[in-house]
Amino acid sequence: MTESSHRAPLSDVQLRVRALESLLTEKGVVNRETLDGIVDHYENKVGPHIGAAIVARAWTDPEFKARLLEDASATLAEQGYTGIEGSHMVVVENTDAIHNLVVCTLCSCYPWPVLGLPPNWYKSTPYRAKAVRDPRGLLREFGLELPEETAVRVWDSNAEIRYLVLPKRPEGTENMSEAELQEIVTRDSMVGTGQATLEQ
Amino acid sequence: MQTPDLDSLPGIPLDEDGPVFREPWQAQAFALVLKLHEQGLFTWAEWAERLNRAISAARAAGDPNLGNTYYHHWLAALEGIAADKRLVTSEALARRRDEVQEEHQRLHGHSH
Repeated sequence: MTESSHRAPLSDVQLRVRALESLLTEKGVVNRETLDGIVDHYENKVGPHIGAAIVARAWTDPEFKARLLEDASATLAEQGYTGIEGSHMVVVENTDAIHNLVVCTLCSCYPWPVLGLPPNWYKSTPYRAKAVRDPRGLLREFGLELPEETAVRVWDSNAEIRYLVLPKRPEGTENMSEAELQEIVTRDSMVGTGQATLEQ
Repeated sequence: MQTPDLDSLPGIPLDEDGPVFREPWQAQAFALVLKLHEQGLFTWAEWAERLNRAISAARAAGDPNLGNTYYHHWLAALEGIAADKRLVTSEALARRRDEVQEEHQRLHGHSH
């Protein structure tokens, strides 16, 4: 999959779709936000629910979590998750000490096999720039105020590696089932621009 | 959002939730068609006819019809209908394709 690959050239079909989208946008026939909206609406097969299932499993199954953090690509492949072939996936864990944030400073590399298509803001220049320059300020814009003692670690995606954040399991969820936990894992919490919370 | 009649498009990959995409570009091509249709640039029947023609042409040219090329035909039909409706000329499209490629290589062609 070259969509999220820096070095690999774009495939013929990717180029043609981008060319069409670019010309039609330029002419004002379509606009990117509406297109993204439609894509969001229909992108239900590949989507954040896959990532959410992985996170909920990791929260409830310590052995799975250990293997996931050790070698996410192999662990997910052996669990039958598809689409991650050919790229290295790394899962980074949020703790009280460290908050992880994922960005792609060059374009819009994104772990789409587990999160679906990237949201508009992820592809925007301000996000890409600010994630590196002022991650804490960026998180504040997303409504996330981290304690001083939590360090922010920024992961820049590239052709070889895609990152998925394993959010902290919120307090008060001890009695929740894996299925219930899945519901509270948001896309943003797996990109690092949000946290999994009980108040949603 | 109104979903047009997808059943009128034989062979479209669907599951109980709706269309299934193997790669992001397919969802993008899908979204473009929906949007152009929504804006009244063509009727859904027109699109279905156009798509069927693209599929037939590909079969005649030896496409094995295994289902994995569906969105290739979708894209070819979309380019065709966009040209017919004078939204983009095929020359402009080819030029832009090269520009997109150059831009991509300029940004990402290096090692980092």
